[in-house]
Amino acid sequence: MAPVDIGEKLRALPGGAAVALKLNSREYADHYFAVLNAALRDVGNETNAHTIYVAVTSPAAFVWSLAQALDVPQERISFVDAISHLMMHFTDPLANATYVESPRALEEIMLRVEYLLRRYPHPKSIVVIDSVNSLAIHNPPELLSEFLHILLNHLKSREVLTLVLETTDEQAASVEQLLNVVVDETIDVAGVGI
Amino acid sequence: MGARAEAPTAPSEAPGRPPPTILERCTTGIEGLDNILGGGVPRGNMVLVAGSVGTGKTTLSLEFLVRGAERGERSLLLSVTEASDKLFQNLSTFEFFRPDLVEQGLLLFVDLPVIYDKLGFDREELSSEELDILLRAIRDLVRAHGVRRLVIDSVTSLCYRIRRDEQIRDFLLRLGEILTDEGCTSFLISEISPQAGRYSSRGVEEAIVDGILLLWNARRRGDILRVLQVVKMRGTSHSRAQYVIELTPIGLLMAPHLKGGFVEEGS
Repeated sequence: MAPVDIGEKLRALPGGAAVALKLNSREYADHYFAVLNAALRDVGNETNAHTIYVAVTSPAAFVWSLAQALDVPQERISFVDAISHLMMHFTDPLANATYVESPRALEEIMLRVEYLLRRYPHPKSIVVIDSVNSLAIHNPPELLSEFLHILLNHLKSREVLTLVLETTDEQAASVEQLLNVVVDETIDVAGVGI
Repeated sequence: MGARAEAPTAPSEAPGRPPPTILERCTTGIEGLDNILGGGVPRGNMVLVAGSVGTGKTTLSLEFLVRGAERGERSLLLSVTEASDKLFQNLSTFEFFRPDLVEQGLLLFVDLPVIYDKLGFDREELSSEELDILLRAIRDLVRAHGVRRLVIDSVTSLCYRIRRDEQIRDFLLRLGEILTDEGCTSFLISEISPQAGRYSSRGVEEAIVDGILLLWNARRRGDILRVLQVVKMRGTSHSRAQYVIELTPIGLLMAPHLKGGFVEEGS
């Protein structure tokens, strides 16, 4: 059977689904770009969705430059950047980003996501959390579990498609178990066509 | 096993008694707060909004007024220290603020020092007679404009001019009666220090009011989060959980305060 591409898999998901996207560190760049392409272009552009990208791994400015390369219009993507302050990369803030001072301020991340959902009401919204590994570096497992449980359930109730990025070979077993509890589906990026 | 006293039965639940009266709610318009209050503050309640500097007391109270004015309820800010012009300018930075509400007379700003001048109060300390006059002036203002929501910013500054605790107690009791009679729901802003261990500077106000909203800054490993808790609210069963708040351009948003990590109470 021919491999199904990620975009096709994501398009087939019902509204409110929460999905873990497993990336492999050895092919991280390819996997990451494939996920970005699928989420922002295949699903975002084609369904006129508004994407809220929670940037914890790389600053929003970096992700935005990739999104521009994928022809994603500025009005269809907003960022919650929880890493630039910490990395002291906060020199040139983006117009379509809101900045949280620390990836430890998990409630503020939740509130900024909620703010953007209300600020840009849209029939279809996508939230990308990049990534659970980065959040796990800054937060203890109990706190991270509580955060993901509350946020993902809230987004589900609002029919928002949530994509949680994880690099599986760098993942603690506790985080892996946690993700299995809170997501509806897991897509192994290495196992599908990219 | 020793004898155990039976829990008293609520009068409204006793056989043959009429069903409990469902209190009319004053919807604050702040969605998260209304959710945890079961629809809003019971109409006519006097609520202390207590917190230290920078915790969001004034912004929360101003949004309460604006949301009320949007619903057609005449809303009044009685500013004790800061000139209302300055508060008006601060309010203008929020997207939820609508200047037309001021033009329509639904949102009113009055500086208390102006009232003091009109009443001829020139001494630092207010006498019992002057407090009586002030109460009547507030009642007349509320009645004349049909005010349904009132914010006093701050009750702490107002009470600085009252010498004895008994006078504060008497003043607030009578203010509460007046406002309840007028169907006016009020927020009294109380400035407290983080280590105060009480909800007002003199410790009198919290015993009189119907409700207390407490705001403070919590620290998590160096990061500061604004936290809100409903400590009490007469006439309603409510959540006593802690919520992190965010003062966004579209209004105050709330999320549960996560308990998984170490939280150090602080300034």
